[in-house]
Amino acid sequence: MSRLPVPLILGAVLSSVFLAMALLSFVWTPHDVEQLVIANRLQPASGEFLLGTDQFGRDLLSMLMVGARVSLAVALVAVGIGVVIGVPLGLAAAATRGSLLDELIMRGNDLIFAFPSLVIAILITAVFGPSAFNAIIAIGIFNIPVFARVARGGALSLWTLDYILAARVAGKGKARISAEHILPNIANLLIVQATIQFSLGILAEAALSYVGLSVQPPTPSWGRMLSDAQTMIYTHPMLAVLPGLAIVLMVLGLNLMGDGLRDMLDPRLRRVRQ
Amino acid sequence: MLRFILGRLLSLSLSLIVASLVIFTVIEVIPGDPAAFMLGLNADEATVQALRADLGLDGSKAERYLTWIAGMVQGDFGTSYTYRVPVAELVADRLWVSLPLAILSLILSTAIAFPVGLLAAANRGRAADYGIMGGTQLGIAIPNFWFGMLLVLVFAVNLRWFSAGGFPGWEEPLQALKSLLLPSVALALPQAAILARVMRSALIETLAQDYMRTARAKGLSRRQALLRHALRNALIPVLTIIGLQFSFLLAGAIIIENVFFLPGLGRLIFQGITQRDLVVVESVTMLLVFAVIVVTFLVDIAYAIADPRLRRRA
Repeated sequence: MSRLPVPLILGAVLSSVFLAMALLSFVWTPHDVEQLVIANRLQPASGEFLLGTDQFGRDLLSMLMVGARVSLAVALVAVGIGVVIGVPLGLAAAATRGSLLDELIMRGNDLIFAFPSLVIAILITAVFGPSAFNAIIAIGIFNIPVFARVARGGALSLWTLDYILAARVAGKGKARISAEHILPNIANLLIVQATIQFSLGILAEAALSYVGLSVQPPTPSWGRMLSDAQTMIYTHPMLAVLPGLAIVLMVLGLNLMGDGLRDMLDPRLRRVRQ
Repeated sequence: MLRFILGRLLSLSLSLIVASLVIFTVIEVIPGDPAAFMLGLNADEATVQALRADLGLDGSKAERYLTWIAGMVQGDFGTSYTYRVPVAELVADRLWVSLPLAILSLILSTAIAFPVGLLAAANRGRAADYGIMGGTQLGIAIPNFWFGMLLVLVFAVNLRWFSAGGFPGWEEPLQALKSLLLPSVALALPQAAILARVMRSALIETLAQDYMRTARAKGLSRRQALLRHALRNALIPVLTIIGLQFSFLLAGAIIIENVFFLPGLGRLIFQGITQRDLVVVESVTMLLVFAVIVVTFLVDIAYAIADPRLRRRA
Protein backbone atom coordinates (compact mmCIF):
# COMPACT_ATOMS: atom_id res chain seq x y z
CA MET A 1 0.00 0.00 0.00
CA SER A 2 2.80 2.32 -0.84
CA ARG A 3 0.84 4.42 -3.25
CA LEU A 4 -2.84 5.32 -3.20
CA PRO A 5 -4.60 5.07 -6.56
CA VAL A 6 -5.35 8.42 -8.17
CA PRO A 7 -9.09 7.78 -8.64
CA LEU A 8 -9.37 7.01 -4.93
CA ILE A 9 -7.83 10.33 -3.95
CA LEU A 10 -9.89 12.26 -6.50
CA GLY A 11 -13.07 10.50 -5.42
CA ALA A 12 -12.38 10.98 -1.74
CA VAL A 13 -11.72 14.70 -2.23
CA LEU A 14 -14.93 15.19 -4.25
CA SER A 15 -17.03 13.25 -1.75
CA SER A 16 -15.49 15.06 1.23
CA VAL A 17 -16.31 18.45 -0.27
CA PHE A 18 -19.98 17.54 -0.48
CA LEU A 19 -19.93 15.87 2.92
CA ALA A 20 -18.40 19.03 4.41
CA MET A 21 -21.06 21.16 2.67
CA ALA A 22 -23.80 18.94 4.03
CA LEU A 23 -22.43 18.94 7.58
CA LEU A 24 -21.84 22.69 7.52
CA SER A 25 -25.46 23.25 6.45
CA PHE A 26 -26.62 21.91 9.81
CA VAL A 27 -25.06 24.82 11.64
CA TRP A 28 -24.66 27.51 8.99
CA THR A 29 -25.79 28.43 5.51
CA PRO A 30 -25.09 31.79 3.86
CA HIS A 31 -28.83 32.52 3.77
CA ASP A 32 -32.05 31.02 5.11
CA VAL A 33 -33.29 28.49 2.53
CA GLU A 34 -36.87 28.39 3.76
CA GLN A 35 -37.50 32.09 3.60
CA LEU A 36 -38.76 33.46 0.30
CA VAL A 37 -37.58 37.01 -0.34
CA ILE A 38 -39.20 37.98 -3.62
CA ALA A 39 -37.20 41.22 -3.73
CA ASN A 40 -34.09 39.07 -4.18
CA ARG A 41 -35.49 36.89 -6.94
CA LEU A 42 -33.24 35.79 -9.82
CA GLN A 43 -30.18 37.71 -8.66
CA PRO A 44 -27.01 37.01 -10.61
CA ALA A 45 -23.97 35.68 -8.77
CA SER A 46 -22.58 38.37 -6.49
CA GLY A 47 -20.65 38.86 -3.28
CA GLU A 48 -23.79 38.38 -1.26
CA PHE A 49 -25.23 35.49 -3.28
CA LEU A 50 -22.19 33.55 -4.47
CA LEU A 51 -24.16 31.50 -7.01
CA GLY A 52 -27.15 33.83 -7.39
CA THR A 53 -30.77 33.24 -6.36
CA ASP A 54 -33.77 31.35 -7.74
CA GLN A 55 -37.18 32.66 -8.77
CA PHE A 56 -38.31 32.77 -5.13
CA GLY A 57 -35.30 34.75 -3.96
CA ARG A 58 -33.58 31.84 -2.23
CA ASP A 59 -29.79 31.66 -2.22
CA LEU A 60 -28.66 28.92 -4.59
CA LEU A 61 -25.51 28.00 -2.67
CA SER A 62 -27.46 27.57 0.58
CA MET A 63 -30.00 25.40 -1.24
CA LEU A 64 -27.25 23.25 -2.73
CA MET A 65 -25.75 22.78 0.74
CA VAL A 66 -29.04 21.67 2.30
CA GLY A 67 -29.72 19.59 -0.81
CA ALA A 68 -26.43 17.77 -0.27
CA ARG A 69 -27.52 16.98 3.27
CA VAL A 70 -30.88 15.57 2.11
CA SER A 71 -29.31 13.58 -0.69
CA LEU A 72 -26.53 12.09 1.48
CA ALA A 73 -28.88 11.33 4.37
CA VAL A 74 -31.43 9.50 2.20
CA ALA A 75 -28.78 7.47 0.37
CA LEU A 76 -26.87 6.68 3.58
CA VAL A 77 -29.89 5.39 5.48
CA ALA A 78 -31.02 3.43 2.41
CA VAL A 79 -27.60 1.75 2.27
CA GLY A 80 -27.87 1.14 6.03
CA ILE A 81 -31.17 -0.69 5.52
CA GLY A 82 -29.58 -2.83 2.82
CA VAL A 83 -26.57 -3.72 4.99
CA VAL A 84 -28.42 -4.34 8.25
CA ILE A 85 -31.05 -6.62 6.69
CA GLY A 86 -29.28 -7.91 3.60
CA VAL A 87 -25.93 -8.97 5.08
CA PRO A 88 -27.36 -11.23 7.84
CA LEU A 89 -29.68 -12.79 5.24
CA GLY A 90 -26.77 -13.45 2.92
CA LEU A 91 -24.63 -14.87 5.74
CA ALA A 92 -27.47 -17.13 6.85
CA ALA A 93 -27.99 -18.32 3.29
CA ALA A 94 -24.29 -19.14 2.92
CA ALA A 95 -24.08 -20.87 6.31
CA THR A 96 -27.00 -23.13 5.42
CA ARG A 97 -26.06 -23.60 1.79
CA GLY A 98 -28.58 -25.60 -0.22
CA SER A 99 -31.15 -25.60 2.58
CA LEU A 100 -34.70 -24.40 2.24
CA LEU A 101 -33.68 -21.12 3.90
CA ASP A 102 -30.93 -20.55 1.34
CA GLU A 103 -33.29 -21.36 -1.49
CA LEU A 104 -35.98 -19.07 -0.10
CA ILE A 105 -33.61 -16.15 0.39
CA MET A 106 -32.08 -16.45 -3.06
CA ARG A 107 -35.42 -16.88 -4.85
CA GLY A 108 -36.79 -13.88 -2.97
CA ASN A 109 -33.76 -11.93 -4.11
CA ASP A 110 -34.28 -12.93 -7.73
CA LEU A 111 -37.79 -11.62 -7.40
CA ILE A 112 -36.82 -8.20 -6.15
CA PHE A 113 -34.13 -8.00 -8.84
CA ALA A 114 -36.71 -8.63 -11.52
CA PHE A 115 -38.78 -5.66 -10.35
CA PRO A 116 -38.23 -2.34 -12.05
CA SER A 117 -37.09 -0.61 -8.86
CA LEU A 118 -37.91 2.95 -9.83
CA VAL A 119 -41.47 2.03 -10.79
CA ILE A 120 -42.05 0.36 -7.44
CA ALA A 121 -40.36 3.23 -5.60
CA ILE A 122 -42.68 5.66 -7.36
CA LEU A 123 -45.67 3.51 -6.43
CA ILE A 124 -44.62 3.32 -2.77
CA THR A 125 -43.95 7.03 -2.39
CA ALA A 126 -47.10 7.93 -4.31
CA VAL A 127 -49.37 5.78 -2.18
CA PHE A 128 -47.81 6.35 1.24
CA GLY A 129 -47.36 10.02 0.56
CA PRO A 130 -44.24 11.74 -0.69
CA SER A 131 -41.67 12.23 2.05
CA ALA A 132 -37.98 11.67 2.69
CA PHE A 133 -38.86 8.73 4.94
CA ASN A 134 -40.83 6.92 2.25
CA ALA A 135 -38.14 7.66 -0.32
CA ILE A 136 -35.60 6.02 2.02
CA ILE A 137 -37.79 2.93 2.40
CA ALA A 138 -38.43 2.72 -1.34
CA ILE A 139 -34.72 2.94 -2.16
CA GLY A 140 -33.59 0.85 0.82
CA ILE A 141 -35.76 -2.16 -0.01
CA PHE A 142 -33.88 -2.66 -3.25
CA ASN A 143 -30.54 -2.51 -1.47
CA ILE A 144 -31.41 -5.58 0.60
CA PRO A 145 -31.05 -8.20 -2.16
CA VAL A 146 -27.87 -6.56 -3.42
CA PHE A 147 -26.11 -6.89 -0.07
CA ALA A 148 -27.58 -10.34 0.57
CA ARG A 149 -26.15 -11.52 -2.73
CA VAL A 150 -22.71 -10.00 -2.18
CA ALA A 151 -22.52 -11.35 1.39
CA ARG A 152 -23.61 -14.82 0.31
CA GLY A 153 -21.19 -14.94 -2.60
CA GLY A 154 -18.27 -13.83 -0.47
CA ALA A 155 -19.18 -16.09 2.43
CA LEU A 156 -19.66 -19.22 0.28
CA SER A 157 -16.05 -19.19 -0.85
CA LEU A 158 -14.84 -18.73 2.73
CA TRP A 159 -16.83 -21.64 4.14
CA THR A 160 -14.61 -24.09 2.24
CA LEU A 161 -11.40 -22.81 3.83
CA ASP A 162 -9.40 -24.66 6.46
CA TYR A 163 -9.54 -22.07 9.19
CA ILE A 164 -13.33 -22.13 9.12
CA LEU A 165 -13.16 -25.91 9.43
CA ALA A 166 -10.83 -25.44 12.40
CA ALA A 167 -13.32 -23.11 14.03
CA ARG A 168 -16.07 -25.68 13.52
CA VAL A 169 -13.91 -28.41 15.02
CA ALA A 170 -13.29 -26.12 17.97
CA GLY A 171 -17.02 -26.22 18.54
CA LYS A 172 -18.13 -22.83 17.30
CA GLY A 173 -21.66 -22.62 15.93
CA LYS A 174 -22.49 -21.42 12.42
CA ALA A 175 -23.89 -18.11 13.59
CA ARG A 176 -20.78 -17.38 15.65
CA ILE A 177 -18.44 -18.35 12.82
CA SER A 178 -20.39 -16.11 10.46
CA ALA A 179 -20.07 -13.17 12.81
CA GLU A 180 -16.50 -13.71 13.99
CA HIS A 181 -14.71 -15.15 10.97
CA ILE A 182 -16.78 -14.65 7.83
CA LEU A 183 -18.00 -11.10 8.30
CA PRO A 184 -14.58 -9.49 8.87
CA ASN A 185 -13.27 -11.24 5.76
CA ILE A 186 -16.03 -10.06 3.46
CA ALA A 187 -15.94 -6.51 4.83
CA ASN A 188 -13.89 -5.39 1.79
CA LEU A 189 -16.53 -6.59 -0.61
CA LEU A 190 -19.27 -4.96 1.43
CA ILE A 191 -17.51 -1.61 1.65
CA VAL A 192 -17.00 -1.46 -2.10
CA GLN A 193 -20.63 -2.45 -2.73
CA ALA A 194 -21.77 0.15 -0.20
CA THR A 195 -20.09 2.98 -2.11
CA ILE A 196 -21.73 1.77 -5.33
CA GLN A 197 -25.18 1.55 -3.74
CA PHE A 198 -24.59 4.90 -2.09
CA SER A 199 -24.07 6.61 -5.44
CA LEU A 200 -27.03 4.76 -6.97
CA GLY A 201 -29.11 5.90 -3.98
CA ILE A 202 -28.19 9.52 -4.66
CA LEU A 203 -29.29 9.15 -8.29
CA ALA A 204 -32.53 7.47 -7.22
CA GLU A 205 -33.27 10.17 -4.64
CA ALA A 206 -32.62 12.85 -7.24
CA ALA A 207 -35.06 11.16 -9.63
CA LEU A 208 -37.74 10.76 -6.95
CA SER A 209 -37.43 14.32 -5.72
CA TYR A 210 -37.41 15.56 -9.32
CA VAL A 211 -40.90 14.12 -9.74
CA GLY A 212 -41.89 15.48 -6.33
CA LEU A 213 -41.92 12.19 -4.45
CA SER A 214 -39.12 12.73 -1.95
CA VAL A 215 -38.47 15.47 0.59
CA GLN A 216 -41.22 18.09 0.56
CA PRO A 217 -40.95 21.88 0.34
CA PRO A 218 -39.79 24.09 1.92
CA THR A 219 -36.79 21.78 2.40
CA PRO A 220 -34.78 22.04 -0.83
CA SER A 221 -33.36 19.01 -2.61
CA TRP A 222 -31.27 18.70 -5.75
CA GLY A 223 -33.99 16.93 -7.73
CA ARG A 224 -36.65 19.43 -6.76
CA MET A 225 -34.35 22.32 -7.62
CA LEU A 226 -34.09 20.82 -11.10
CA SER A 227 -37.83 20.51 -11.55
CA ASP A 228 -38.31 24.09 -10.26
CA ALA A 229 -35.67 25.26 -12.73
CA GLN A 230 -37.34 23.60 -15.69
CA THR A 231 -39.76 26.45 -16.34
CA MET A 232 -36.90 28.95 -16.05
CA ILE A 233 -34.60 27.19 -18.47
CA TYR A 234 -35.16 29.73 -21.27
CA THR A 235 -34.18 32.73 -19.20
CA HIS A 236 -32.05 31.41 -16.35
CA PRO A 237 -30.32 28.18 -17.45
CA MET A 238 -27.83 28.28 -14.55
CA LEU A 239 -30.65 27.34 -12.17
CA ALA A 240 -30.90 24.02 -14.00
CA VAL A 241 -27.19 23.52 -14.56
CA LEU A 242 -25.87 23.91 -11.01
CA PRO A 243 -27.96 21.31 -9.09
CA GLY A 244 -27.35 18.77 -11.85
CA LEU A 245 -23.64 19.46 -11.68
CA ALA A 246 -23.77 18.85 -7.93
CA ILE A 247 -25.41 15.46 -8.49
CA VAL A 248 -22.88 14.47 -11.16
CA LEU A 249 -19.85 15.47 -9.10
CA MET A 250 -21.14 13.75 -5.97
CA VAL A 251 -21.94 10.51 -7.82
CA LEU A 252 -18.71 10.67 -9.78
CA GLY A 253 -16.76 11.13 -6.55
CA LEU A 254 -18.40 8.11 -4.93
CA ASN A 255 -17.92 5.93 -8.02
CA LEU A 256 -14.25 6.84 -8.31
CA MET A 257 -13.83 6.12 -4.62
CA GLY A 258 -15.56 2.76 -5.03
CA ASP A 259 -13.32 1.82 -7.95
CA GLY A 260 -10.22 2.96 -6.11
CA LEU A 261 -11.18 1.10 -2.94
CA ARG A 262 -11.84 -2.06 -4.92
CA ASP A 263 -8.45 -1.95 -6.59
CA MET A 264 -6.72 -1.17 -3.32
CA LEU A 265 -8.54 -3.65 -1.07
CA ASP A 266 -8.60 -6.56 -3.46
CA PRO A 267 -6.55 -6.52 -6.63
CA ARG A 268 -7.85 -9.96 -7.57
CA LEU A 269 -11.33 -8.57 -7.76
CA ARG A 270 -11.68 -7.16 -11.24
CA ARG A 271 -15.39 -7.51 -11.52
CA VAL A 272 -17.51 -5.73 -14.05
CA ARG A 273 -19.43 -2.80 -12.70
CA GLN A 274 -23.06 -3.19 -13.65
CA MET B 1 -33.25 -27.49 -22.26
CA LEU B 2 -36.95 -28.19 -21.80
CA ARG B 3 -36.39 -28.62 -18.08
CA PHE B 4 -34.57 -25.32 -17.97
CA ILE B 5 -37.39 -23.51 -19.77
CA LEU B 6 -40.01 -25.09 -17.51
CA GLY B 7 -38.04 -24.08 -14.44
CA ARG B 8 -37.69 -20.52 -15.68
CA LEU B 9 -41.37 -20.45 -16.63
CA LEU B 10 -42.25 -21.49 -13.09
CA SER B 11 -40.18 -18.72 -11.56
CA LEU B 12 -41.62 -16.31 -14.12
CA SER B 13 -45.19 -17.06 -13.02
CA LEU B 14 -44.11 -16.94 -9.39
CA SER B 15 -42.58 -13.50 -9.96
CA LEU B 16 -45.73 -12.28 -11.62
CA ILE B 17 -47.95 -13.55 -8.80
CA VAL B 18 -45.78 -11.98 -6.12
CA ALA B 19 -45.53 -8.74 -8.10
CA SER B 20 -49.29 -8.52 -8.47
CA LEU B 21 -49.76 -9.26 -4.76
CA VAL B 22 -47.27 -6.54 -3.82
CA ILE B 23 -48.93 -3.96 -6.05
CA PHE B 24 -52.40 -4.96 -4.88
CA THR B 25 -51.35 -4.77 -1.22
CA VAL B 26 -49.66 -1.39 -1.64
CA ILE B 27 -52.83 0.03 -3.16
CA GLU B 28 -54.91 -1.69 -0.46
CA VAL B 29 -53.10 -0.17 2.48
CA ILE B 30 -53.97 3.37 1.45
CA PRO B 31 -55.30 4.83 4.66
CA GLY B 32 -59.08 4.96 4.56
CA ASP B 33 -61.45 3.94 1.85
CA PRO B 34 -60.03 3.85 -1.72
CA ALA B 35 -63.24 5.33 -3.10
CA ALA B 36 -63.09 8.21 -0.62
CA PHE B 37 -59.37 8.60 -1.35
CA MET B 38 -60.06 8.90 -5.06
CA LEU B 39 -62.88 11.38 -4.70
CA GLY B 40 -61.14 13.64 -2.23
CA LEU B 41 -62.47 15.35 0.88
CA ASN B 42 -65.52 17.11 -0.50
CA ALA B 43 -67.29 14.16 -2.06
CA ASP B 44 -70.79 13.43 -0.84
CA GLU B 45 -71.69 10.06 0.59
CA ALA B 46 -73.85 8.93 -2.34
CA THR B 47 -71.05 9.48 -4.87
CA VAL B 48 -68.61 7.57 -2.70
CA GLN B 49 -71.07 4.68 -2.39
CA ALA B 50 -71.64 4.65 -6.15
CA LEU B 51 -67.90 4.52 -6.81
CA ARG B 52 -67.51 1.79 -4.20
CA ALA B 53 -70.03 -0.33 -6.07
CA ASP B 54 -68.39 0.59 -9.37
CA LEU B 55 -64.95 -0.52 -8.18
CA GLY B 56 -66.39 -3.64 -6.59
CA LEU B 57 -65.06 -2.52 -3.21
CA ASP B 58 -67.90 -4.26 -1.41
CA GLY B 59 -66.47 -7.68 -2.11
CA SER B 60 -63.78 -9.31 0.04
CA LYS B 61 -60.10 -8.59 -0.58
CA ALA B 62 -59.46 -12.01 -2.08
CA GLU B 63 -62.43 -11.62 -4.39
CA ARG B 64 -61.23 -8.23 -5.57
CA TYR B 65 -57.70 -9.47 -6.17
CA LEU B 66 -58.95 -12.40 -8.23
CA THR B 67 -61.32 -10.18 -10.22
CA TRP B 68 -58.47 -7.78 -10.96
CA ILE B 69 -56.11 -10.56 -12.06
CA ALA B 70 -58.78 -12.33 -14.11
CA GLY B 71 -59.53 -9.02 -15.81
CA MET B 72 -55.84 -8.32 -16.51
CA VAL B 73 -55.39 -11.76 -18.05
CA GLN B 74 -58.29 -11.09 -20.41
CA GLY B 75 -56.97 -7.65 -21.31
CA ASP B 76 -59.53 -5.82 -19.16
CA PHE B 77 -57.50 -3.41 -17.04
CA GLY B 78 -60.49 -1.76 -15.44
CA THR B 79 -62.01 1.63 -16.19
CA SER B 80 -60.23 4.86 -15.49
CA TYR B 81 -62.17 6.93 -13.02
CA THR B 82 -61.04 10.31 -14.35
CA TYR B 83 -61.00 9.57 -18.07
CA ARG B 84 -64.11 7.38 -18.03
CA VAL B 85 -62.56 5.07 -20.60
CA PRO B 86 -61.10 1.57 -20.28
CA VAL B 87 -57.52 1.68 -19.00
CA ALA B 88 -56.59 -0.72 -21.82
CA GLU B 89 -57.46 2.01 -24.35
CA LEU B 90 -55.36 4.60 -22.52
CA VAL B 91 -52.46 2.16 -22.34
CA ALA B 92 -52.72 1.30 -26.03
CA ASP B 93 -52.52 5.01 -26.92
CA ARG B 94 -49.56 5.71 -24.64
CA LEU B 95 -47.70 2.58 -25.65
CA TRP B 96 -47.15 4.16 -29.07
CA VAL B 97 -44.98 6.74 -27.38
CA SER B 98 -43.25 4.73 -24.66
CA LEU B 99 -42.37 1.68 -26.72
CA PRO B 100 -40.77 3.54 -29.64
CA LEU B 101 -38.92 5.66 -27.08
CA ALA B 102 -37.52 2.61 -25.27
CA ILE B 103 -36.59 0.87 -28.53
CA LEU B 104 -34.97 3.96 -30.01
CA SER B 105 -32.91 4.41 -26.82
CA LEU B 106 -31.87 0.79 -26.81
CA ILE B 107 -30.71 1.04 -30.43
CA LEU B 108 -28.85 4.29 -29.75
CA SER B 109 -27.22 2.98 -26.59
CA THR B 110 -26.04 -0.18 -28.36
CA ALA B 111 -24.86 1.75 -31.40
CA ILE B 112 -22.75 4.02 -29.19
CA ALA B 113 -21.50 1.38 -26.76
CA PHE B 114 -20.26 -1.21 -29.26
CA PRO B 115 -17.65 0.82 -31.13
CA VAL B 116 -16.62 2.68 -27.98
CA GLY B 117 -16.15 -0.52 -25.96
CA LEU B 118 -14.31 -2.14 -28.85
CA LEU B 119 -12.01 0.84 -29.24
CA ALA B 120 -11.20 0.85 -25.51
CA ALA B 121 -10.49 -2.90 -25.44
CA ALA B 122 -8.33 -2.76 -28.56
CA ASN B 123 -6.27 0.06 -27.04
CA ARG B 124 -6.18 -1.32 -23.53
CA GLY B 125 -3.88 0.64 -21.23
CA ARG B 126 -3.27 3.39 -23.78
CA ALA B 127 -4.50 6.96 -23.83
CA ALA B 128 -7.65 6.17 -25.83
CA ASP B 129 -8.65 3.56 -23.24
CA TYR B 130 -8.14 5.92 -20.31
CA GLY B 131 -10.03 8.65 -22.10
CA ILE B 132 -12.97 6.39 -22.84
CA MET B 133 -13.06 4.94 -19.34
CA GLY B 134 -13.01 8.44 -17.86
CA GLY B 135 -15.81 9.44 -20.18
CA THR B 136 -17.93 6.46 -19.19
CA GLN B 137 -17.42 7.27 -15.50
CA LEU B 138 -18.91 10.66 -16.23
CA GLY B 139 -21.72 9.09 -18.27
CA ILE B 140 -22.69 6.80 -15.41
CA ALA B 141 -22.81 9.70 -12.97
CA ILE B 142 -25.17 11.83 -15.08
CA PRO B 143 -28.86 11.54 -14.16
CA ASN B 144 -30.70 11.03 -17.45
CA PHE B 145 -33.41 13.60 -16.68
CA TRP B 146 -30.78 16.27 -16.09
CA PHE B 147 -29.02 15.30 -19.29
CA GLY B 148 -32.40 15.70 -20.98
CA MET B 149 -32.69 19.21 -19.60
CA LEU B 150 -29.22 20.06 -20.87
CA LEU B 151 -30.15 18.76 -24.32
CA VAL B 152 -33.23 20.98 -24.26
CA LEU B 153 -31.06 23.89 -23.23
CA VAL B 154 -28.60 23.38 -26.09
CA PHE B 155 -30.73 22.06 -28.94
CA ALA B 156 -34.12 23.61 -28.24
CA VAL B 157 -33.39 26.85 -26.41
CA ASN B 158 -30.09 27.94 -27.95
CA LEU B 159 -29.88 26.26 -31.36
CA ARG B 160 -33.65 25.90 -31.88
CA TRP B 161 -33.20 22.68 -33.84
CA PHE B 162 -35.80 20.82 -31.84
CA SER B 163 -38.91 21.71 -29.90
CA ALA B 164 -38.48 21.57 -26.12
CA GLY B 165 -41.09 18.88 -25.67
CA GLY B 166 -44.48 17.52 -26.61
CA PHE B 167 -45.47 14.92 -29.14
CA PRO B 168 -47.24 15.65 -32.45
CA GLY B 169 -48.62 12.13 -32.93
CA TRP B 170 -47.72 9.51 -35.51
CA GLU B 171 -49.80 11.09 -38.26
CA GLU B 172 -46.60 12.96 -39.05
CA PRO B 173 -44.01 10.21 -38.69
CA LEU B 174 -40.95 12.41 -39.24
CA GLN B 175 -42.04 15.04 -36.75
CA ALA B 176 -42.91 12.29 -34.26
CA LEU B 177 -39.52 10.67 -34.61
CA LYS B 178 -37.84 14.03 -34.28
CA SER B 179 -39.65 14.74 -31.03
CA LEU B 180 -38.50 11.37 -29.66
CA LEU B 181 -34.88 11.94 -30.61
CA LEU B 182 -33.72 14.19 -27.74
CA PRO B 183 -35.48 12.11 -25.06
CA SER B 184 -34.01 8.90 -26.40
CA VAL B 185 -30.51 10.37 -26.54
CA ALA B 186 -30.97 11.48 -22.91
CA LEU B 187 -32.02 7.97 -21.96
CA ALA B 188 -29.42 6.21 -24.07
CA LEU B 189 -26.18 7.94 -23.16
CA PRO B 190 -25.93 6.94 -19.47
CA GLN B 191 -26.92 3.39 -20.47
CA ALA B 192 -24.35 3.41 -23.26
CA ALA B 193 -21.65 4.32 -20.72
CA ILE B 194 -22.48 1.22 -18.66
CA LEU B 195 -22.75 -0.97 -21.74
CA ALA B 196 -19.41 0.23 -23.15
CA ARG B 197 -17.70 -0.73 -19.88
CA VAL B 198 -19.25 -4.19 -19.98
CA MET B 199 -18.29 -4.56 -23.64
CA ARG B 200 -14.70 -3.56 -22.88
CA SER B 201 -14.20 -5.93 -19.97
CA ALA B 202 -15.93 -8.81 -21.78
CA LEU B 203 -13.61 -8.31 -24.74
CA ILE B 204 -10.52 -8.07 -22.56
CA GLU B 205 -11.51 -11.29 -20.80
CA THR B 206 -12.02 -13.04 -24.14
CA LEU B 207 -8.71 -11.75 -25.50
CA ALA B 208 -6.90 -13.56 -22.67
CA GLN B 209 -8.33 -16.94 -23.73
CA ASP B 210 -6.17 -19.68 -25.24
CA TYR B 211 -8.14 -19.80 -28.46
CA MET B 212 -7.24 -16.19 -29.08
CA ARG B 213 -3.57 -17.14 -28.97
CA THR B 214 -4.35 -19.93 -31.41
CA ALA B 215 -6.08 -17.47 -33.69
CA ARG B 216 -3.03 -15.20 -33.64
CA ALA B 217 -0.70 -18.22 -34.10
CA LYS B 218 -2.51 -19.33 -37.23
CA GLY B 219 -1.67 -15.95 -38.71
CA LEU B 220 -4.62 -13.66 -38.07
CA SER B 221 -3.75 -10.07 -37.35
CA ARG B 222 -4.75 -8.59 -34.01
CA ARG B 223 -7.59 -6.81 -35.70
CA GLN B 224 -8.86 -9.90 -37.50
CA ALA B 225 -8.70 -11.99 -34.34
CA LEU B 226 -10.53 -9.33 -32.40
CA LEU B 227 -13.33 -8.94 -34.90
CA ARG B 228 -13.71 -12.60 -35.89
CA HIS B 229 -13.27 -14.47 -32.64
CA ALA B 230 -13.26 -12.18 -29.63
CA LEU B 231 -16.26 -10.09 -30.55
CA ARG B 232 -18.62 -13.01 -30.97
CA ASN B 233 -17.66 -14.58 -27.66
CA ALA B 234 -17.80 -11.31 -25.79
CA LEU B 235 -21.35 -10.74 -26.99
CA ILE B 236 -22.97 -13.06 -24.46
CA PRO B 237 -22.48 -10.95 -21.33
CA VAL B 238 -23.17 -7.84 -23.38
CA LEU B 239 -26.52 -9.21 -24.53
CA THR B 240 -27.52 -9.97 -20.94
CA ILE B 241 -26.85 -6.40 -19.93
CA ILE B 242 -28.82 -5.12 -22.92
CA GLY B 243 -31.76 -7.21 -21.74
CA LEU B 244 -31.46 -5.87 -18.21
CA GLN B 245 -31.24 -2.35 -19.51
CA PHE B 246 -34.71 -2.65 -20.93
CA SER B 247 -35.95 -2.48 -17.36
CA PHE B 248 -33.91 0.67 -16.70
CA LEU B 249 -35.13 2.19 -19.94
CA LEU B 250 -38.75 1.60 -19.03
CA ALA B 251 -38.32 3.10 -15.59
CA GLY B 252 -36.08 5.87 -16.91
CA ALA B 253 -38.64 6.64 -19.59
CA ILE B 254 -41.16 7.44 -16.87
CA ILE B 255 -39.00 10.30 -15.65
CA ILE B 256 -37.82 11.41 -19.10
CA GLU B 257 -41.41 11.61 -20.34
CA ASN B 258 -41.96 14.21 -17.65
CA VAL B 259 -38.96 16.23 -18.80
CA PHE B 260 -40.13 16.32 -22.42
CA PHE B 261 -43.89 16.33 -21.80
CA LEU B 262 -44.34 13.14 -23.79
CA PRO B 263 -47.76 11.47 -23.46
CA GLY B 264 -46.41 8.00 -22.62
CA LEU B 265 -47.05 5.41 -19.93
CA GLY B 266 -44.95 7.32 -17.42
CA ARG B 267 -47.05 10.44 -17.77
CA LEU B 268 -50.12 8.24 -17.46
CA ILE B 269 -48.90 6.88 -14.11
CA PHE B 270 -48.13 10.35 -12.80
CA GLN B 271 -51.45 11.73 -13.94
CA GLY B 272 -53.07 8.74 -12.25
CA ILE B 273 -51.18 9.56 -9.05
CA THR B 274 -52.05 13.26 -8.98
CA GLN B 275 -55.67 12.59 -9.93
CA ARG B 276 -55.84 9.74 -7.44
CA ASP B 277 -56.97 7.41 -10.19
CA LEU B 278 -55.95 4.19 -8.47
CA VAL B 279 -57.24 1.91 -11.22
CA VAL B 280 -54.85 3.50 -13.71
CA VAL B 281 -51.90 3.47 -11.28
CA GLU B 282 -52.46 -0.16 -10.30
CA SER B 283 -52.91 -1.56 -13.78
CA VAL B 284 -50.20 0.43 -15.53
CA THR B 285 -47.65 -0.41 -12.82
CA MET B 286 -48.54 -4.07 -13.14
CA LEU B 287 -48.17 -3.84 -16.89
CA LEU B 288 -44.68 -2.32 -16.61
CA VAL B 289 -43.61 -4.96 -14.10
CA PHE B 290 -45.03 -7.63 -16.40
CA ALA B 291 -43.04 -6.29 -19.35
CA VAL B 292 -39.80 -6.22 -17.37
CA ILE B 293 -40.23 -9.71 -15.93
CA VAL B 294 -41.07 -11.19 -19.33
CA VAL B 295 -38.07 -9.53 -20.96
CA THR B 296 -35.81 -10.87 -18.19
CA PHE B 297 -37.26 -14.32 -18.86
CA LEU B 298 -36.61 -14.07 -22.60
CA VAL B 299 -33.04 -12.93 -21.97
CA ASP B 300 -32.49 -15.91 -19.67
CA ILE B 301 -33.73 -18.26 -22.39
CA ALA B 302 -31.67 -16.60 -25.11
CA TYR B 303 -28.64 -16.78 -22.85
CA ALA B 304 -29.16 -20.51 -22.30
CA ILE B 305 -29.51 -21.13 -26.03
CA ALA B 306 -26.22 -19.33 -26.62
CA ASP B 307 -24.37 -20.96 -23.73
CA PRO B 308 -25.30 -24.58 -22.99
CA ARG B 309 -23.34 -24.57 -19.69
CA LEU B 310 -26.03 -22.38 -18.17
CA ARG B 311 -28.83 -24.84 -18.71
CA ARG B 312 -27.50 -27.18 -16.07
CA ARG B 313 -27.03 -24.48 -13.46
CA ALA B 314 -30.70 -23.67 -13.21
